Amino acid sequence: MEALGPILKMEGIGKSYFGNRVLRNVNLSLGKGQILGLVGENGAGKSTLMNILFGMNVIHETGGYEGKILINNREIRFDSPFDALEAGVGMVHQEFSLIPGFTAAENIVLNRESTIYNILVESFGERMKTLNKAEMRQRAKSAIEKLNIELKDDTLVTEMPVGHKQFTEIAREIDKEHTQILVLDEPTAVLTESEADILLDSMKRLSGLGIAIIFISHRLQEIMEICDKIIVLRDGEVVEETIPAETSIKDIASHMVGRNIDSAFKRETEMIDNSFSDIILSVRDLWVDMPGETVRRASLDIHKGEIFGIGGLAGQGKLGIANGIMGMFPAGGKVIFENSPVTLNDPRSPLGMGLAAVFEDRRGVGLLLEEPISWNIIFTALQMQNKFLKPYLGGLVKVRDAKAITECTRYYIDALEIKCIGEDQEVKELSGGNQQKVCLAKAFATRPKLLFVAEPTRGIDVGAKRVVLETLKNYNKKYETTIVMISSELEELRSICDRIAIVNEGKIAGILPATSESTEFGMLMLGKVDNGSEGEKTS
Amino acid sequence: MKRILQFIERVGWPRVIIAIFLLSLFIAAPFVRVRIDASISDTLVRFGMNGVMVLAMVPMIQAGCGLNFGLPLGIIAGLVGAVTSIEMGITGLAGILAAMVIAVPIATLLGLGYGILLNKVKGGEMMIATYVGFSSVAFMCIMWLMLPYKSPNMVWGYAGAGLRTTISVEGYWDRAISNVASFNFGEFFYCPTGMFLFFAFMCFLIWIFMHTKTGTAMTTVGSNPEYARSAGVDVDRMRIISVILSTVLGAIGIIVYQQSFGFIQLYMGPFYMAFPAVAAILIGGASVHKATILNVVIGTFLFQGILTMTPSVINSLIETDMSEVIRIIVSNGMILYALTRVVKVRS
Repeated sequence: MEALGPILKMEGIGKSYFGNRVLRNVNLSLGKGQILGLVGENGAGKSTLMNILFGMNVIHETGGYEGKILINNREIRFDSPFDALEAGVGMVHQEFSLIPGFTAAENIVLNRESTIYNILVESFGERMKTLNKAEMRQRAKSAIEKLNIELKDDTLVTEMPVGHKQFTEIAREIDKEHTQILVLDEPTAVLTESEADILLDSMKRLSGLGIAIIFISHRLQEIMEICDKIIVLRDGEVVEETIPAETSIKDIASHMVGRNIDSAFKRETEMIDNSFSDIILSVRDLWVDMPGETVRRASLDIHKGEIFGIGGLAGQGKLGIANGIMGMFPAGGKVIFENSPVTLNDPRSPLGMGLAAVFEDRRGVGLLLEEPISWNIIFTALQMQNKFLKPYLGGLVKVRDAKAITECTRYYIDALEIKCIGEDQEVKELSGGNQQKVCLAKAFATRPKLLFVAEPTRGIDVGAKRVVLETLKNYNKKYETTIVMISSELEELRSICDRIAIVNEGKIAGILPATSESTEFGMLMLGKVDNGSEGEKTS
Repeated sequence: MKRILQFIERVGWPRVIIAIFLLSLFIAAPFVRVRIDASISDTLVRFGMNGVMVLAMVPMIQAGCGLNFGLPLGIIAGLVGAVTSIEMGITGLAGILAAMVIAVPIATLLGLGYGILLNKVKGGEMMIATYVGFSSVAFMCIMWLMLPYKSPNMVWGYAGAGLRTTISVEGYWDRAISNVASFNFGEFFYCPTGMFLFFAFMCFLIWIFMHTKTGTAMTTVGSNPEYARSAGVDVDRMRIISVILSTVLGAIGIIVYQQSFGFIQLYMGPFYMAFPAVAAILIGGASVHKATILNVVIGTFLFQGILTMTPSVINSLIETDMSEVIRIIVSNGMILYALTRVVKVRS
């Protein structure tokens, strides 16, 4: 079918956000009826690429993109998703965009309803036409039929299981008369295995009807099963373009995570073996009910003085572990710190025992945006350890000690190279990297014995990244603070951690020394454990 | 020119405009035969009377509970203290002290309940607070009739039971605080020094409190509750403390108000008391989640100044009495303005 010329061709696509390059020279072509598997780690640029194709607002609000997109050999440049729809590009997003109180049929034909003329149209225009319910249902039925699935057109969306919602979304794209290209962004992530199988079958049928499909998934098995072509993205570049027959899951996994070792995060220090030192934190059967990051029965031991990494794909629960232990979300299980149990669901307990955390949600939890830097840094130490208080009237009242606060703040501004005009500047005026440094300083000011750091480099530039990682490493060495770093960037973890645990589906899939092959980490992330001991599946 | 603009930017346009307006009223006053010394004296007295009640806004704003529209609750505690003190027949400063000693525990209890209620309606505090104020006033309308007060100065003459709507404090503690170190200057100028000292003292106490560990935690709760929680602060507890503090200040505030005013106003008296206080602090430059003592002082002065001067000057100017109408337009207009400003900040 390639002979007809590709239906979609992207040439030299590049994109940067605020000077931060996320895509570089991406080329791909897609023929009629082909299924293209697009894989890559979080942040590899998959979503950005699809946003460009779909003409999403976020792209031209941030300065457009480089390169050309050709559909049927004609160059196009979409200004909005409506243009993309017009040109026959359909997209099913990760989040459902359905109207809950409407039936499947109503959702499928939404805003393209079949209508009948009535007299009011004469005076009030097209919008007063009556809905032709029977035809709408007919259209919905035929779209559902094309998918070859069990879905009643009169079911309310609220009453549907997740899988059916997904099908409704896809049926909506199919109902559009001239849909040529369909983008499915992780459609199987929310489905059970049997539902996923049905979906894959439907996809094959659709490709048989001549619709080209771009399929984004973290489940490599599925990619291998149905795709005609596989493209692996890493750091915004196409690192591999192949066909399933010539590759294996293991190959793809290593392409996804394997970075050039001489890149930004080269490991400089020798790995220190702390396995003989005492266990400082022991977690048993921890569950955490954190939305989007559920942890189910995670167990791990952390040794005193080590830098311990927790990695894994987004949504698998790696962030939930720190949040649960620190009492930010409902949690259960057993957490022992220095031989005494930590009371869960009460932030005071871990803080009082000498744990501290830098949370991933910097602006939401980590900072007081409208308060000066000094407050941000000293607050936890003041509240939990009664530092920075000066007694008056023989200890009757204790008032904030402005001098000590200023001194401490200045110290951290120097030590962490926080760029600001002074310790009284409001934190919201700082850049992301400097805000992150303030978060670190806040944790350091309490002199923790164990420090959780979640996604410390998210959304900050490379220079600041290095300072943050260096700071953590030095702090670990200088004060022998145990550090647990949680990050989606495996290379970052490998550059400073001693051991790395990979979280998958809310459990610890495995713990490996940081010097292990990146392929091994890749396999753990994707839930493929060779020894087969983790055979049980949760749905 | 640039420096002037910078100054205006820092102080805020609304305050500059209102200050200029107030100044022009003072300048215009002599031309319409309003005595300037009496006007200034009135403004100062009203400033002192209302100051503590405006201060009662600060703790709740700082803790993120919004504006204290439930101020009548604190006022009621103050009223109970005041009438009880009169019933006991204590005079002078001791009488005021007695009123406060009785009022504070009542305010604390009421504030506790009020705080627990507000914790259940996070995000909609101000609406709920308004109705807490209204309904408590209505409830007390029954209680003022039922409570067994006996003092002939306070009960209805013909029935011998039930408190009157307006009770004079003359002969008990009329201007007991105001008159401390007060002085007259000419026939019309009176400076209530004691009241200022008391107000300054209350401001100082709040300032100190805001600098303690608890006060710092309270401000942080208002600034970002999630941050506070992650640092080990009990958010709900801080909010309750702030509400109690606001209610207690409301109780003390009304006692100061009454001793200067000379009367205790019961029944529907406290009904609209929250609004001038809210308007004053907003004019002073506070927002719904940030307020300082300076906001209180500036706001109270400007608001009470306008409220004193506008009616008297404009009445003399157009020679009809519409002081009450003007007062309502000015105070509600200010609230409206300030609340719309908040929406802008959020979006």
